[in-house]
Amino acid sequence: MAPQHTTRFGSLERYDKGGVEVINDDARNYVFSNVFEVASRAKPYEKVAVGKNIEYVIEAIRTEGTSGWRAPAQDEFALVMDGEVEIRLLKLDNPGVVPAGTRGSVGLPGAPPGRKMGVVRARRGHMTLLPVGAAYQFHAARPGVVLLQTLAGADTIERWADICQTSARPKA
Amino acid sequence: MSQRTETVPEIGSIEPNRHGYRTFTLGGFTFSRDEYFAHVAWPKSHHMLPADAFLRALQRDIAWGFFYGIVNFDAVVGTVNHYGSVDLFAGRFNEHYRKAGLDHSERFTTPLIQRVFEAMLDDWTNAGFDPFASPQETGSAFGPKNGGNKEAITRHRVTAKRMIGAPGDEPLRSDESGFPVNRHFRDVPQDTPEVIAEPGFEDEVVAFNLFAYLSRSDVTWNPSIVSVCKASLYCPTTEEYILPVIHGNDRVEWFVQLSDEIQWEVEDRDTGAVRARVTMKAGDVAAMPADIRHRGFSPKRSMLLVWENASPELPQLYASGKMPPSPVQF
Repeated sequence: MAPQHTTRFGSLERYDKGGVEVINDDARNYVFSNVFEVASRAKPYEKVAVGKNIEYVIEAIRTEGTSGWRAPAQDEFALVMDGEVEIRLLKLDNPGVVPAGTRGSVGLPGAPPGRKMGVVRARRGHMTLLPVGAAYQFHAARPGVVLLQTLAGADTIERWADICQTSARPKA
Repeated sequence: MSQRTETVPEIGSIEPNRHGYRTFTLGGFTFSRDEYFAHVAWPKSHHMLPADAFLRALQRDIAWGFFYGIVNFDAVVGTVNHYGSVDLFAGRFNEHYRKAGLDHSERFTTPLIQRVFEAMLDDWTNAGFDPFASPQETGSAFGPKNGGNKEAITRHRVTAKRMIGAPGDEPLRSDESGFPVNRHFRDVPQDTPEVIAEPGFEDEVVAFNLFAYLSRSDVTWNPSIVSVCKASLYCPTTEEYILPVIHGNDRVEWFVQLSDEIQWEVEDRDTGAVRARVTMKAGDVAAMPADIRHRGFSPKRSMLLVWENASPELPQLYASGKMPPSPVQF
């Protein structure tokens, strides 16, 4: 009889964390963190960088309640890692609310003028396109986690020393 | 030392050897195989690798277009991508071979080395052996020449232009399209996001189940592009058993473990000296610095998000020391 395999995903409520075992190095070189741990300590809709590659970032976002509206300067992609998130999309009447040269996205005051594009209700593992020229808003009835593929912007939070392993062994 | 080979060699011997396999030459390198091993010879020395391991590494090197940086087949033989040309080397990233003066390297245009490698993979892969599959999901690579498996070694490489499932882009996977859920992922939900698009916006309100998509991957250790944010590429892959190459970085690379667990052995890129072991569980994020090489071990099939920055200027920035090898200083 073939063995049953159990696939292990993480969640805010339950995650196991690995780590770096240094042999001849500095653990900080690996910038090691866990998205569920980061989101569990974040405020709703804080954009906390967990990965950075020059101008690009991956942000861990705790989804809880309703976010403000944001408009990306380029396509962004939201991957739900835990929970259920409603993503509301709106075609901007004035794409100029995103100034030329903006990286990442900009927060907008209130709901911007524009036409409703639609809604995506996404759960764990679902990836949603947040298209350039649109604005988006997240809503989550219960806490969840989204990973956002984007560029570092004015609202990206970098607190590496708080979220990353710095010791030569993972904490037990 | 590195030589540049401009001449076009013959693809391979016309007559097979007594095991049924053709022999291939590339500059000063000669490749031959017998029932168990691939033999690599160069002017100063020679080396042998198990045929299955060699073909798995060769398959990745070809499929990835020689990838970012260095693809070590093992501690001796491999390639360095210069994005237009490729170095084939022996002992170049092995401190002991270098000290003994036994290392050798030659540069070839990418189409030339690609052509020879593809011919070698085609000739040396027997019927029933799939170099992309996990060991439990394929037959043996060993024995005398026994047919071929062109279908397995010429798979389409997934490279989304915007996002998987977006209009005109790479399609989703399904039973009907020949991608059943893998035996290790039968418990992965196959639900789809609820997408409600207003009229006229059907092409822009787009979502898909990435985890379900990955659960249907029929290959291992083969990063494929699923979303593109300028030069930021999400390249998730499903991993089982051992990464068939030791990947040497020419830029920073990031990993996000989406499910299960992988352990990474991390070594100095140039000498092979061990630097660290990184254990990644679901939700963990780690950078692989630009001056290391790494090899992963995945006891159960797992989902790994490989995140790449494809900016073409990066190798030179790191090589010149203008960029530190680690992505964040804190």
